[in-house]
Amino acid sequence: MTVESTAARKPRRSTKRVSAAKEPQNSEPQLVQLLTPEGERVEHPEYEIDLTPDELRGLYRDMVLTRRFDAEATSLQRQGELGLWASLLGQEAAQIGSGRALRDDDYVFPTYREHGVAWCRGVDPTNLLGMFRGVNHGGWDPSTNNFHLYTIVIGSQTLHATGYAMGVAKDGADSAVIAYFGDGASSQGDVAESFTFSAVYNAPVVFFCQNNQWAISEPTEKQTRVPLYQRAQGFGFPGVRVDGNDVLACLAVTRSALERARRGEGPTLVEAFTYRMGAHTTSDDPTKYRADEERQAWEAKDPILRLRTYLENAGHADEAFFTSLDEESETLGKRVREAVRAMPDPDHLAIFENVYADGHALVDEERAQFLAYQASFAEEGN
Amino acid sequence: MAVQKLPLAKALNESLRKALDTDPKVLIMGEDVGKLGGVFRVTDGLQKDFGEDRVIDTPLAESGIVGTAIGLALRGYRPVVEIQFDGFVFPAYDQIVTQLAKMHARALGKIKMPVVIRIPYGGGIGAVEHHSESPEALFAHVAGLKVVSPSNSSDAYWMLQQAIQSDDPVIFFEPKRRYWDKGEVDVEAIPGPLHKARIDRSGSDITLAAYGPMVKVCVEAAAAAAEEGKSVEVLDLRSMSPIDFDTIQKSVEKTGRLVVVHEAPVFYGSGAEIAARITERCFYHLEAPVLRVGGYHAPYPPARLEEEYLPGLDRVLDAVDRSLAY
Ligand SMILES: Cc1ncc(C[n+]2csc(CCOP(=O)(O)OP(=O)(O)O)c2C)c(N)n1
Repeated sequence: MTVESTAARKPRRSTKRVSAAKEPQNSEPQLVQLLTPEGERVEHPEYEIDLTPDELRGLYRDMVLTRRFDAEATSLQRQGELGLWASLLGQEAAQIGSGRALRDDDYVFPTYREHGVAWCRGVDPTNLLGMFRGVNHGGWDPSTNNFHLYTIVIGSQTLHATGYAMGVAKDGADSAVIAYFGDGASSQGDVAESFTFSAVYNAPVVFFCQNNQWAISEPTEKQTRVPLYQRAQGFGFPGVRVDGNDVLACLAVTRSALERARRGEGPTLVEAFTYRMGAHTTSDDPTKYRADEERQAWEAKDPILRLRTYLENAGHADEAFFTSLDEESETLGKRVREAVRAMPDPDHLAIFENVYADGHALVDEERAQFLAYQASFAEEGN
Repeated sequence: MAVQKLPLAKALNESLRKALDTDPKVLIMGEDVGKLGGVFRVTDGLQKDFGEDRVIDTPLAESGIVGTAIGLALRGYRPVVEIQFDGFVFPAYDQIVTQLAKMHARALGKIKMPVVIRIPYGGGIGAVEHHSESPEALFAHVAGLKVVSPSNSSDAYWMLQQAIQSDDPVIFFEPKRRYWDKGEVDVEAIPGPLHKARIDRSGSDITLAAYGPMVKVCVEAAAAAAEEGKSVEVLDLRSMSPIDFDTIQKSVEKTGRLVVVHEAPVFYGSGAEIAARITERCFYHLEAPVLRVGGYHAPYPPARLEEEYLPGLDRVLDAVDRSLAY
């Protein structure tokens, strides 16, 4: 796949061919799609995929359980059990499709919303909740599932991914690295710098931008005047826009980009064109900046519904499957709820733990002062 | 030969060479560090001997340099990053403060961040804007970072070895105006701990505490004061985070007086931290308030004015006199 061929890819859904320069960034040009919003399988000349019914049901299950987990976390926030939650509602296909394209030895650098990708990596979903409950700032060991900590400062992790990928190449390994970020983050200098570094060092990294149309209240138009996937061309690697609500297309496109990275051909930018159906986080109020009709229009493209339609029409899943999945969802919700409520507050001394690997005299001194201060209450009999 | 007389820059170069030689995971990264050997030639010849894969010329993007170094560290490498000049570290400040410093804590200790960031710092070389600054307090203020600065060739050699071996991120400030000063380096010595202050010169009347480029000025001031019959103790702090307060305390308990000297602006500088803590620790031993000598709360001036801005012999001696007058 060359830069030229990417840019010249034939549009499948737009009726009129428009020149790239005039292309409005939020239309849907050259969107790779394998499953229409109506649940019909379509072919794409460059990306094909052949999944067994079992695999298709697996993707559906992943998306349903991820949505259930996300809904549970939103409720837990409403109930005061979490301080904040960043929902992925609507982005399940982008995350499950890309997440299931990964190999175990690949390494993921997420932002703060990649709950579906974490699910694909086998990260216990309750691990993701510690930082939102306020008991830690991440807390899991990234090397257990090759899933790095959530990163709040937007765009930072794209550089970590690039550096990690440079290391993979140095090691002579054929693993690939994937960095997730949003359309808002695409404006950050770090993202541009990671494009530069990855291109210059031919790093095996896939940049997976979930363009969910909004960065809190700012639409994509406030970030860019060209479609995001076209950015890649200026850095010397291919960019491709995929229907982010189509789990099959996300899987196929990510798989192809990862394979390209493994072959030593360098980075790819994947723009998953999708939609954040809920609020940015539980603190956000989208009614202040977003029309309801917009959300309704995107609801019609729901990633889960369209796969369900396909599964049913193709006879790949029966009622028993859906019923048992409902039960599994409820069990997951219950498990998450119980785990969060049982999550203990950290020990007070955790403030002073892991500030340094080798220790630090000031931290030791202040820990001792803190202990003495606390002990003074005990002496007073409080 | 174990003991060699080397300029400070060459001692750093030998130190990097040794690190590259002993640990295949050590990498050098930065702008112009390859063929040119860095603008101060600290990495001279290293790319030739260790290859472009170990000594890496990077794009001109400081956030990118530090950010990718973090990724390489996550992959098991030990990057030693060169920032070309003090005033150019700020595009990377975000990565250093929000990512590098906190990664170990965020992972509850599960991952280590063995990254060294070398920064030539300070004035006195007649440079243009952004080439003479002393931003050490901005880094020392951040939990998770260690901040050190050698003042002589031996420390340059050994402290850099220790910084590279540390599993914590270390901001390694190199006193650029001392790069060409020669000193003895015993490459077979057993160095003391990285964060221990060094008594450069013993004295009984007053303590001068400094680090990096100002140690030499303080030693000269002590010699001048000795001619007037004043016995001045000079401490080379070597580390700004952590600070070896025990050694300062011991000295002040002996002399009863302390003057802290640095090039950075006095306001909110490391001198303020030292004055406050030593006042707490040594209140009943102090014969005079802790005084500070340093830069002004003004942008680092154009080269023709830097002699006025930088603490020199006279300003240090003046502070010594003021302290002794109490
Ligand atoms: C450097 C930085 N600036 C601002 C913020 C506050 N902030 C958090 S998320 C966000 C919007 C990000 O939008 P986008 O990158 O599109 O990702 P999305 O949340 O929509 O998935 C902002 C402004 C931040 N986290 N980091």
